[in-house]
Amino acid sequence: MILTRENLINLILAAALLAIPLIANAAGQPFYITLATRVAILALAATGLNLALGVGGLVSFGHAAFFGIGGYVAGILASHSFSGEPVLFGLSGTNQMWIIWLVAMALAGVVGLAIGAISLRTSGVYFIMITLAFAQMVYYFAVSWPAYGGEDGLSILVRNQFPGVMTMVPMNFFLICYVILLVGIALFAVIRASRFGAALQAARQNEVRVATVGIQPYRIRLTGFVLSAMITGLAGALFADLNRFVSPSMLSWHMSGELIVLIILGGTGRLFGPLAGAALYVAFEYALGGITERWQFFLGLILLLVVLFARGGLVGLLAGKAKHG
Amino acid sequence: MTIALALEQLLNGIQLGVMLFLMAAGLTLIFGVMGLINLAHGSLYMVGAFACAAVAAWTGSFWIGLVASLVAAAAAGAIVELAVIRRLYDRDHLDQVLATFALILMFSEGTRWLFGSFPLYLDIPPLLQGAVALPGGTEYPVYRLAIIAAGALVAFGLYMLISRTRLGMRIRAGESDREMIGALGVDIRTLYTVVFALGAALAGFAGAMVGAIQSVQVGMGEPVLILAFVVIVIGGIGSIKGALLGALLVGVTDTMGRFLLPKLMVLFVPPAQAGAIGGAVASMLIYIVMAIILAVKPRGLFPPAHA
Amino acid sequence: MKKMLAAATLALSLSASGLAFADPVKIGMITTLSGGGAGLGIDTRDGFMLAIKNAGNKDITVVTEDDAQKPELAVQIADKMIQSDKVDILTGIVWSNLLMAVAPSAVAQGKFYVSTNAAPAQLAGANCHKLYFNAAYQNDNLHEAVGEYANKGFKKMFILAPNYPAGKDSLTGFKRYYKGELAAEVYTQVGQTDYAAEIAQMRASGADGIFVFLPGGMGIAFMKQFAQSGVKIPVMGPGFSFSQDVLPAIGDAALGAKASGQWAPDFDNEASKKFLADFQKEYNRLPSIYAVQAYDAAQLILAAASKASVSDADAFAAELKKAEIQSPRGNFKFNTNQHPIQDIYLTEVIKKDGVLTNKTVEKIFTDHGDAYAKDCKL
Repeated sequence: MILTRENLINLILAAALLAIPLIANAAGQPFYITLATRVAILALAATGLNLALGVGGLVSFGHAAFFGIGGYVAGILASHSFSGEPVLFGLSGTNQMWIIWLVAMALAGVVGLAIGAISLRTSGVYFIMITLAFAQMVYYFAVSWPAYGGEDGLSILVRNQFPGVMTMVPMNFFLICYVILLVGIALFAVIRASRFGAALQAARQNEVRVATVGIQPYRIRLTGFVLSAMITGLAGALFADLNRFVSPSMLSWHMSGELIVLIILGGTGRLFGPLAGAALYVAFEYALGGITERWQFFLGLILLLVVLFARGGLVGLLAGKAKHG
Repeated sequence: MTIALALEQLLNGIQLGVMLFLMAAGLTLIFGVMGLINLAHGSLYMVGAFACAAVAAWTGSFWIGLVASLVAAAAAGAIVELAVIRRLYDRDHLDQVLATFALILMFSEGTRWLFGSFPLYLDIPPLLQGAVALPGGTEYPVYRLAIIAAGALVAFGLYMLISRTRLGMRIRAGESDREMIGALGVDIRTLYTVVFALGAALAGFAGAMVGAIQSVQVGMGEPVLILAFVVIVIGGIGSIKGALLGALLVGVTDTMGRFLLPKLMVLFVPPAQAGAIGGAVASMLIYIVMAIILAVKPRGLFPPAHA
Repeated sequence: MKKMLAAATLALSLSASGLAFADPVKIGMITTLSGGGAGLGIDTRDGFMLAIKNAGNKDITVVTEDDAQKPELAVQIADKMIQSDKVDILTGIVWSNLLMAVAPSAVAQGKFYVSTNAAPAQLAGANCHKLYFNAAYQNDNLHEAVGEYANKGFKKMFILAPNYPAGKDSLTGFKRYYKGELAAEVYTQVGQTDYAAEIAQMRASGADGIFVFLPGGMGIAFMKQFAQSGVKIPVMGPGFSFSQDVLPAIGDAALGAKASGQWAPDFDNEASKKFLADFQKEYNRLPSIYAVQAYDAAQLILAAASKASVSDADAFAAELKKAEIQSPRGNFKFNTNQHPIQDIYLTEVIKKDGVLTNKTVEKIFTDHGDAYAKDCKL
């Protein structure tokens, strides 16, 4: 890895996210660990979306569906593990995080395949709207389906387990999320640099050229969309464990909007853009919420100014123009 | 279940469809001409409703309020276009989504700042109060019939505007070739502001009309906005005709689904759960319909020719 | 004489709460101050702060934050208040879904939660908790009361609620007491704004009464549309459908609607009159039921804090449980599951001096608890 300016910024970001909870822990301010965990999880969710949106140019306005599905997998499996009743076909629930993660990714992938298969037949604004509509469909299903709490959501009474780690200790859970985030970002980098990633980017830039060299853009995009859904689904499972709670609001269109916001705040298509964006967003939300009741107005104003005047987001501002298109 | 009830429900579906059309028309017009996706359209709907409620409370006349709603929403639209939207035309949809998402936050909180946190009062004008008898023995609210009439008028007016006037000619030209009409000496910046204000006024009008039978409160535009998106996606984005037919389809499907599905569910599940499960499926029905339509026709039922 | 005595005890209890506490108390209030539901949160905050201000005690501090009606944000604020602000007691949440996100984990961390409104069934029965108190009601209560009222004179009811847990609890509560026939049981979409399809079903159903539970904007929309429909069936519902936060927006369409409630502005007791006068003086508007509930929650906390230290959870919980307050509602005490035992009244929407308000008609339940207390092992 060459130490370009962007790489340096990435290193600093990764180090800062690790340092803040360590300092907070030493200073006896555990809340900042929770806040940093939130940043890590939202960054992971946005990294998933970044694969579709930043690399593939697929503006999905429905990724909250995958985020929420991941969350519900964690909630539902945990509640069945607690009650001892089987989930489906005699399969029992579990409170083991790694099984939950696998199931969350698998289910988000399957739903992503179904949504993607229909949505990717369209493009542009149609794609934005249809992904939004599919997410709404999942949202209304979760609100009105009688099992698993509906609008009230589902509590996870005890945070799920990971072998050899006390997950209830905030620092431990942060480290789990942090490691997964780094793995997610690394995976993103590998995919983007691979032949598949090149094809995905090419399909965004020039569909005709990709088709003429014998690659079907539809399949490439669908694969990218499913991978993206799986990463976001994993983040959803972690988010449910962070809050020890999952509810339909994880599936709402505001959540989809927030995920897009994170990417643009940080820098679209940038490797560490989602992390930078998540850190900024959580910091704004936290700081403004403490100052004024009207914080949403000022949050909107800041977002607007970023779109209008700070194109390329935080990473773009600090590191200059992106190498990758 | 009688025939009369089924007919009444059909009328309800058409009426819901017309309300959605008022909202969707502005959205699809703005997209058709400027290629802009405007999430803040629901906020303009809210502005219309609040303006109507405030002015009606002040003057005592719904009609003055209705005029005020058109003026306020058009003005808000023009200001937003000049300050923000104008910078977004040559950006990608992603930036447009985010900027207009930010505008929603600002509009919602700004409205609460101005009008307080409690829902406002807006009543139907005396002229349109009450219900009339329908053939078949049931009664139907006059105001809902008035909404249907207003929707039909707006549809006709838009058709005339676009096909018969100089402005309409420019709008059509703008839809088919953006660079060309600039080259022909049409002041495209003014045209865009005018079209955006027109779309905003339509949303404001819808907000005022609907506000009289719903709750005038912060956030009222968001559920309608998403339905309006479904409508224009089904109809074909940019097509006014598509918006009208899409709106009627969504309105009737949604109303009939809410009415019939719980009854249908009784055949499959115990009656105690049929209502809840039927309701759950009914709330997803229009999205299912949309998915099927797009799976067959990815650009909607009436895609504009140039797109 | 009786009234004077009541006034004297009121003064006494107020001065008692003005005394120094054994230990300072820090309260974290999480409530909805922005977005469409902000009206309820603002009344909650204002009612709560009115009692705190009246007490004039320097040993009590309240930190307030806006949850924007988002469960995830409420959880984050609760974490911050517990971990960073080191509050002893959390309170203020309006909505059941937010409460379910915050309260179980807060009490698991050894903090008190005193609910000012939301009261889901899950926390009233087997999952009740020594540190969880509800000063408002149990979610089913007001619906049960309407069910009991409907037994008098209504034979065939059409009942309707949104398709979410509180809606299902509502119809379950209604049916628990209502003995007559049901014309239909309909669930609508959460946040639905158009009720034409449901109103048409009501007209066709042959029902002689309608029960609706549609909180906030949904209820406003329903009542306005119902009034225009020409359907002349009497409408009834739980108090929040016609509370002071929504009445001005519904307008005359609400006139005559019957509702159940634990309080109405015309209550003839000293505490209620004082509360009403104080609230109007302080905020220049009529309080809603949410303000009363929060006012009482604050009074309960103040009463307990004057007798025990909040750091001794067992002692404080015991004092809270037996705290005696002058509630505007009249009789108030905690049940075994730490939810209220109180009287529930039938109210009717009337217009008084040009302002829409609720008038008390009759008492439906005396010393009413809830159906879940028997499952609670406290």
